[in-house]
Amino acid sequence: MSKNKIYGINGPVVTVQGETDLSMMETVYVGNSRLIGEVIRLQKDETTIQVYEETAGLHPGEPVYSTGSPLSVTLGPGLLGNIFDGIERPLPAIEKEFGPFIGRGAQFSPLDTEKKYAVTLTVKPGDRISGGDVYATCPETPVITHKVMLSPLLSGEITEVMPDGEYTVKDTVAKLKTDDGKIVDLTLQQKWPIRNPRPIAGRLPANKPLITGQRIIDTVFPVAKGGAAAIPGGFGTGKTMTQHQLAKWCDADIIIYVGCGERGNEMTQVLTEFSELVDPRTGKPLLDRTVLIANTSNMPVAAREASIYTGITLAEYYRDMGYHTALMADSTSRWAEALREISGRLEEMPADEGFPAYLPSRLSEFYERSGYVQNLNGTEGSITLIGAVSPQGSDFSEPVTQNTKRFTRCFWALDKSLAYARHYPAINWTLSYSEYIGDLSDWYRDNISPDFIKYREELCALLMEESSLMEIVKLIGADVLPDDQKLIIEIARVIRVGFLQQNAFHADDTFVPLEKQFKMMHVILHLYHRAKEVIARQIPISKLLATGLFDKLVKMKYDVPNDKLEMLDDDIQEIDTVLDRILR
Amino acid sequence: MIVKHLKLDGINGSLVTLNGVQDAANEEIVELHLQDGTVRTGRVVKIDGEEVTIQVFEGTRGVSMENTSTVFTGKPMEVALSPEILGRVFDGLGRPIDGLGPVYPVEKRDVNGAPINPVSREYPRNFIQTGISSIDALATLIRGQKLPIFSGSGMKHNELAVQIVRHSTIADGDDFAIVFAAMGVKNDVAHYFRSSFEEANVMNRVVMLLNLANDPIVERIMTPRVALTIAEYLAFTLHKHILVILTDMTSYAEALREFSSSKGEIPGRKGFPGYLYSDLASLYERAGMIQGVEGSVTQIPILTMPNDDITHPIPDLTGYITEGQIVLDRELDYKGVYPPVSVLPSLSRLMKDGIGEGFTRADHSALSNQLLATYAKVQDAKALASVIGEDELSAEDKLLMAFGREFEARFLTQSFTENRSITETLDLGWELLSMLPRNMLDRVDDAVLDEHYKPQA
Repeated sequence: MSKNKIYGINGPVVTVQGETDLSMMETVYVGNSRLIGEVIRLQKDETTIQVYEETAGLHPGEPVYSTGSPLSVTLGPGLLGNIFDGIERPLPAIEKEFGPFIGRGAQFSPLDTEKKYAVTLTVKPGDRISGGDVYATCPETPVITHKVMLSPLLSGEITEVMPDGEYTVKDTVAKLKTDDGKIVDLTLQQKWPIRNPRPIAGRLPANKPLITGQRIIDTVFPVAKGGAAAIPGGFGTGKTMTQHQLAKWCDADIIIYVGCGERGNEMTQVLTEFSELVDPRTGKPLLDRTVLIANTSNMPVAAREASIYTGITLAEYYRDMGYHTALMADSTSRWAEALREISGRLEEMPADEGFPAYLPSRLSEFYERSGYVQNLNGTEGSITLIGAVSPQGSDFSEPVTQNTKRFTRCFWALDKSLAYARHYPAINWTLSYSEYIGDLSDWYRDNISPDFIKYREELCALLMEESSLMEIVKLIGADVLPDDQKLIIEIARVIRVGFLQQNAFHADDTFVPLEKQFKMMHVILHLYHRAKEVIARQIPISKLLATGLFDKLVKMKYDVPNDKLEMLDDDIQEIDTVLDRILR
Repeated sequence: MIVKHLKLDGINGSLVTLNGVQDAANEEIVELHLQDGTVRTGRVVKIDGEEVTIQVFEGTRGVSMENTSTVFTGKPMEVALSPEILGRVFDGLGRPIDGLGPVYPVEKRDVNGAPINPVSREYPRNFIQTGISSIDALATLIRGQKLPIFSGSGMKHNELAVQIVRHSTIADGDDFAIVFAAMGVKNDVAHYFRSSFEEANVMNRVVMLLNLANDPIVERIMTPRVALTIAEYLAFTLHKHILVILTDMTSYAEALREFSSSKGEIPGRKGFPGYLYSDLASLYERAGMIQGVEGSVTQIPILTMPNDDITHPIPDLTGYITEGQIVLDRELDYKGVYPPVSVLPSLSRLMKDGIGEGFTRADHSALSNQLLATYAKVQDAKALASVIGEDELSAEDKLLMAFGREFEARFLTQSFTENRSITETLDLGWELLSMLPRNMLDRVDDAVLDEHYKPQA
């Protein structure tokens, strides 16, 4: 019987009176129905606990059980393809237990303890191994090999190894004699506290792009593998759509998708779509490389706060195996609101807009867990973090957006007026930026074309010029502009509609390889350069427009299949032929 | 053993505090017996050792420290359910007020419900034809969706809601019912809905919950929860297709603010509690469908934007939770356009998977994209015309202006009784687009244009 008893209850916050043996951030079970909670404040005679489940029906005087360990996740094979709530309870198991509505107070093993994996042992007795070293491997899904690593906290000598074969996550596959002489059974699973970053050997420069197949991202505002990006946008601007597109097409090995305080139907959509959609690189369902964490907006708020830490810890675990992982958090604003809600219940002094004063430090801690790193076992891996932000009232000056901006180097600002005009992805090219361009330019030069960065700059310059011309057009109309400026407006239209706009529902346009992106950019700029020559000879722009070349380029994203890129070279030929005729 | 606690230890707004309570449960329902024989209902909202804070639904007017005794029922707030509730009228807490006597419960359920497991959800993709062109073509309603109407005081949101109920195909064939929850609306509005349901001859399939403008505010916080518990029962136990109309969510959120400030909580934006998002989500997320279970809950919450401001916390947070929104526009309303749906900010998130071949028609998505993109350009042309005058516009902009006028007069406008089929709506859309030269339609594949683009000779 526990001597800790509930004293007060206020929403998800429970207090225990008197001295306790609990420690800070320890996981506890609250009440007779054993709801999961975490100690968040210790005072001389009062302990405060946040409960991860609905507290209705809880009585004062019910016991609080300690577990002695901080809130942790279980890591091992069986994570991929699964869907968890914010504290890593598998939702399919919850469904089996409670039916379609989520019940309370149940403990589940996060991993399937029955399933057997074909394990290959990679160590032999007498080997010295240290934290992070791989001692066994097994195929987790058809596309991902799971590497079972020694917990970063252990090191020692292998004393015993089981033969290769079929094992469950709980079976002992090897025995380790630690440096202080203890014998530890090594299984396929380990635990790790979610609020502590897993250790690494060192950080490496992030100089390879995360290729997403989205033109406005890859070409205009790229993010590096190991970088961090923010997608802020009001409701209806397409944050979730963009996150889904990235999760589907980006070239990371592992995707962790965290639905943090968002819609239930959206998670259902991801789940069904990802099990049907085939990854073009592997030919297997996308779900085979994905872990979903769903803590929808009506699930308990404290678990929402924990969900992004759960997500990032899983990402770190796969990074340690040497994989490139990408974590999509949709949306970090809901997480910040969960912080605010709990802070309010604790009667802490609020800072900006009622958010707690520690909001910036929590955000920076989270985003700093991204990076391109050298792991303890010598492999290289990365975590790219992509966080959606839902600003209150679509106002980017609110605290969550502003603080996120400080800790991410890539900012994809979604714009309401673009979304209203159904220009998707509605990433505004004048408000967005990517600081990774400098770090990535060498990669683009070596892998795509020496001209890539030059063209990109020209493209951006044209868009900037157009937006300042549009100020004039809004006042006096386009008719009064001289022809060379009209040409900028026309070519910018081709860039906007033909290049930046991308149709997620079109078979070819939903994912565009970098090579096609480069060639499309080349064709557009080629037309611009040649058309400028024509205008310089005092030939009116109406003659150029009558050629139909501009309209043709607008539609080339649909007309040119991704595997027939030579058609774009033909377009350059055609531009030359047609314009040469006009010039003659 | 029932313990009666005599007297109270504090009254503050709708909250009363009681000391020396041994065994209260969080969110438990309590009864307050007044000396004059009346009984009020309350709910435990905070426990601090032996001090318990209780929220009194009917308000604390007339309650004194001396004249009240309190009984703890040991149960959460429950609502009595039975197939007989169809056609009945209840107050905001689910107690009958139509004089037909109490409901004999087949089942009692906790009004707070439980979240639907995302794994168990069925992704909604059944198109509901509302008969309203602007909604059907551009912000399609899907069965199991939550699609709010963002309106302002004095605009015709009630008419629109009634029209959707009367004409929507949710009312055809399948076993359907309507749960109508009024929160802080005027008596006339409740009466309007009631007489419209009677006119449409569906009253025996309607459950009405009325918390009117002069009813206690605290009760209002429970009204949508009772309504949704009833809806879930009808949908997932009795397998009907349920349309829930919640009006007016603004009054609900204001009631929540009042309650929160009397509890002394730290306010967030505009004085609303920090948990407004979670609270609204606990309501809106109760829409949906469940795999392998016949029945659905579709929600149409109506809210009036204070000062027509879409960035106000109530519409803002609602938009972040719901699957789209239908926004009404004051300017269109003044121009006499009915329904005054502002199509550019209106959106249905579930539309993309519920339209097209097999649901509506293959060209639907291309048409709606093109209509919206073109209408967005009309707005630019209008802005320019207001500066330089329409005569000075380029030929292209003049065409856009003409298109805009026709679009508003023929596509958006329809009478209260007009019920357009989806084919009529889509054909009308193409007819309007055919006013423009073909090269201005840059959102549509050539194949689709060949089939539907028919310029007048």
